[in-house]
Amino acid sequence: MFKDPDFAKKLKNQKSLLLLSIPFVVYVIIFNYAPLVGWLMAFQRYKPRDGLFHSEFIGLENFRFLFRNEDFILCVRNTLAMGIINLFLGTVCPIIFAILLSEFRFNMGKKFVQTISYLPHFLSMIILTGIVFDVLSMENGTINKVLMATGLIDKPVQWLAEPKYFWWIVAFATRWKETGWDSIIYLAAITSINPDLYEAASIDGAGRMRRIWHITLPGLKPTILILLIMNVGNVLNVGFELQYLLGNDLVKSVSETIDIYVLNYGIGKGNYAIGTAAGIFKSLVSIILIVIANTSAKAMGEESLY
Amino acid sequence: MAELTKTLPAPQTGKQRKSEDIGANTKHGIMSRRSKGDMVFDTLNTIFMIIFSIVILYPLLNMVAVSFNDGLDALKGGITLVPRVFTLKNYQTVLGKQSMFAAARTSVLRTVIGTVTSTMVTALLAYILSRKEFLFKKQLSLLYVVTMYVSGGLIPIFIVYKNLGLTNNFLVYILPGMVPAFSMLVLRTYMNGLPDSLAESAMIDGAGHMTIFIKIIFPLCMPVIATVALFTAVGQWNSWFDAMLYNKMDDDLTTLQYELMKLLSSVTNQKATAESAQHSTATVTPTSIRAAATVITSLPIIILYPFLQRYFVAGLTIGGVKE
Repeated sequence: MFKDPDFAKKLKNQKSLLLLSIPFVVYVIIFNYAPLVGWLMAFQRYKPRDGLFHSEFIGLENFRFLFRNEDFILCVRNTLAMGIINLFLGTVCPIIFAILLSEFRFNMGKKFVQTISYLPHFLSMIILTGIVFDVLSMENGTINKVLMATGLIDKPVQWLAEPKYFWWIVAFATRWKETGWDSIIYLAAITSINPDLYEAASIDGAGRMRRIWHITLPGLKPTILILLIMNVGNVLNVGFELQYLLGNDLVKSVSETIDIYVLNYGIGKGNYAIGTAAGIFKSLVSIILIVIANTSAKAMGEESLY
Repeated sequence: MAELTKTLPAPQTGKQRKSEDIGANTKHGIMSRRSKGDMVFDTLNTIFMIIFSIVILYPLLNMVAVSFNDGLDALKGGITLVPRVFTLKNYQTVLGKQSMFAAARTSVLRTVIGTVTSTMVTALLAYILSRKEFLFKKQLSLLYVVTMYVSGGLIPIFIVYKNLGLTNNFLVYILPGMVPAFSMLVLRTYMNGLPDSLAESAMIDGAGHMTIFIKIIFPLCMPVIATVALFTAVGQWNSWFDAMLYNKMDDDLTTLQYELMKLLSSVTNQKATAESAQHSTATVTPTSIRAAATVITSLPIIILYPFLQRYFVAGLTIGGVKE
């Protein structure tokens, strides 16, 4: 290829482009690809003193440790559970919200609701955590007050100290923050549905619900499926921020995710090899999940990601 | 304004849908009278939207009210949307803290420097990759697109950054994530849509690539640049984990979000601190201080919100919806 005189000439002509692109190659190698070499640690009895190239290779020993480690199994369970709850609510809530908003008659109100619905998306996780603490607080928490006032509970509940509530608190906090934002894409899809369809349906005597069921939902189907595929691949990426910030010793058994395990083992205890192995496990499962989701979408004759 | 007055009475008269109604099913309402089922639906829907708005807004407004309220008084509870015992002491305390001041400075610096460098550099990469004659555009694009899907993970990244000397270093806020592949793709798509003749004629006049990029292409990309810049700015302003992981040892380098996080954990010892506060002259509590700090921390977001809304939604539809 390099012997081609044409190629050499072309290369010379775009010397400045080539020079400009060199820093970008160096940058991405250092910041994105160099860490990948660190995956070797997962197969070593890694000691920082010996470095990556002199530590003893031990095959899959670190992974075997992980699967015999009860803490890790718990973390996998928690990640999966919160991931699935999040996948379900994260799909259903934005769709329902988008449909209701598009059916909302009061135009000014529509704009208003839409505008405030995005707002929480831009607030940081720290602020969200603070709001969750406030709303669920024992003494002055709004939730406890409302539930007491309506007689659903007799005395204030210490929500964040009870393991059985934790997953749902994370799920609802995430929905509070993201429902409006996530619904944007569905709203855009609804706007692109042909209005004639609705007109024809109402001439045929179809009511609101039937129009939603037979026109809006089928019109949303491709969007829903594409987003679902993407989100299935992200099921393990439930993040760790909320769990990390809201968690405490009382709910440790349900709050810790794989990412928190990596953080505690890797950074906290300095066991880099185990932390890396746990991270690799998570990446592998994610890739498998997205391939499964994509293949089944293809098998159903739907659009797929690749 | 005319449109405003036309659309306003819609809910009261309500019998017909106005043709100005945006949304999917615009026309059919005119054809049919509203049935009883429709009325029930609309009523329930309106109630839902009101509750939804309250659920979103109330916690935020309550936080503002608490931040302006006397700390000890707030502990008694019952503050909803207006402060009961008005004070600016919470804000004075927050702003008077040396650590908060330093953190605010770092947050502003990382947001400004991080956003400017990231946007410029990413746009330059997008420019290089949008040159049709560039021989390695496929390979270089791929090198970046892969980073959207594959990451070394927390520990390997931590070790690499540590070896690069990025711990206890302001640059850890700027360098990693300086060239997000997604932003690059959005910018590249936009640049690909610009006419080739612009760059070509400049080229004939003897302009180099840097000149063309800075003087011609970059200004033309302003709408999408604004979107990408706002994305980056919000991300910079809101991130806290990098501060905790890399820079928590250095008080001058922690960020507002991280300081706010420290305040969160101090609220757990609410009662103890409140009691000790009673013996001193101060009437601030961890909760009231945190409320003030939260308001200060979210202020830039609220101020930028009108722009955010406009550009973010535009950016999302550029990147997300393919027709």
